[in-house]
Amino acid sequence: MAACSKRLDKFIVSLRLLRNLQVQNERSISTSLCRWASENDSETPNFVPPSKPVIIDKTQAAATMRKFLSPEFIPPRQRTNPLKFSIERKDMIRRRKILNIPEFYAGSILAVSMADPNATGKINRFVGICIQRGGKGLGATFVLRNIINHQGVEICYELYNPRIQKIEVLKLEKRLDDNLMYLRDALPEYSTVDPDMKPVPFSLTGEVPLNELKVKMRPKPWSKRWERPKFNIQGIRFDLSLVPKQMEHAQKWAQPWQEYDMLKEYDTSKLEQQILSEVQQEMSK
Amino acid sequence: MALPRLSRSFTGLLVETSYLIHQRTFSVSPVAAAIQKLTRVRVVDNSSLGNTPYHRSPRVIHVYTKNGVGKVGDKVLLAIKGQKKKALIVGHKMPGECMTPRFDSNNVVLIEDNGNPTGTRIKVPIPAQLRKMEGDYSKVLAIASSFV
Repeated sequence: MAACSKRLDKFIVSLRLLRNLQVQNERSISTSLCRWASENDSETPNFVPPSKPVIIDKTQAAATMRKFLSPEFIPPRQRTNPLKFSIERKDMIRRRKILNIPEFYAGSILAVSMADPNATGKINRFVGICIQRGGKGLGATFVLRNIINHQGVEICYELYNPRIQKIEVLKLEKRLDDNLMYLRDALPEYSTVDPDMKPVPFSLTGEVPLNELKVKMRPKPWSKRWERPKFNIQGIRFDLSLVPKQMEHAQKWAQPWQEYDMLKEYDTSKLEQQILSEVQQEMSK
Repeated sequence: MALPRLSRSFTGLLVETSYLIHQRTFSVSPVAAAIQKLTRVRVVDNSSLGNTPYHRSPRVIHVYTKNGVGKVGDKVLLAIKGQKKKALIVGHKMPGECMTPRFDSNNVVLIEDNGNPTGTRIKVPIPAQLRKMEGDYSKVLAIASSFV
């Protein structure tokens, strides 16, 4: 190390001598020659590289500016080693770097292109409204529902399945509930999504628009008793399908003590912030 | 007073008092294991046998699998309009594996013994996994209009 530094010093001193010599030479030579000499000298000293071109990739959709953490990153309250969740998160981020998984909520309209060995052109495109987001970690799923030719179809997609080629958000919005399974018992107009729908432009900042639509239901019986308080559904027009007496009868199944149950509390705010900062750091690398 | 007690003794039957809004007076059990014997199915092709109205809906009377459960692509025997007819299952209400579609009704396409479809067109979307059975049901796939 000491020998290297000595050699460096000698090198720098020799460079300085050379520069001095060059300066003296320039003064002695005439102006035209001086110019030629100066041009020559400008090529040899420190090379200044040209500024890096700023590449704006318009093909990839811009990332959201909102502080949004996808719900499958938040680990459930379990007695497993947190190392498992952190390894899973690394894998999830690795997949997200390849495939852009946008921000969406239950009630948003998505188009998913999936690789299918059986389909013509190998790619199968399905457009639908997201009715449910479930699962944690790599097994996170979302269910898309649409009505095609008067037939209701639902497909449960895995977010991190390698068969998925593209996920586009055609309309970003939230609904009054997280789980829109009641759309199965609602009138078909609420589940129909035009497969050739153009993407509705949405802002990357500010609040996600909340659609306060209250859905009209088919006559009872429904697949589940949606009026019961355990489902806590805000987005159905119960006054059109149920009598107030039936609503009161449904309240018999209310469990008001659950709100005060301390063992069921799972405050994820700090965990969320921590994971969000971690994920943003990893994604920006 | 006695009537509610009687109704409780009948398993699966619900006698409801009439409300202002019309309700069915029998209970519908939730989705069982896909399609089995005595399930009511919906015929989705445009054959005359499947579309003419009858006082009884088409029902499955036999499922041609090792267990009696029929999934997409299995053959079943239906009882339609007092006759027996074979059919192919093209969609059921039970959720299957991930990335496969789940339909809101149990759909079925009428078929002859040699595998040829009875109808000439299927308007309802068909799951793409049926394309694997190119050899047996290629004619059914040919009459399908859309795949999901």
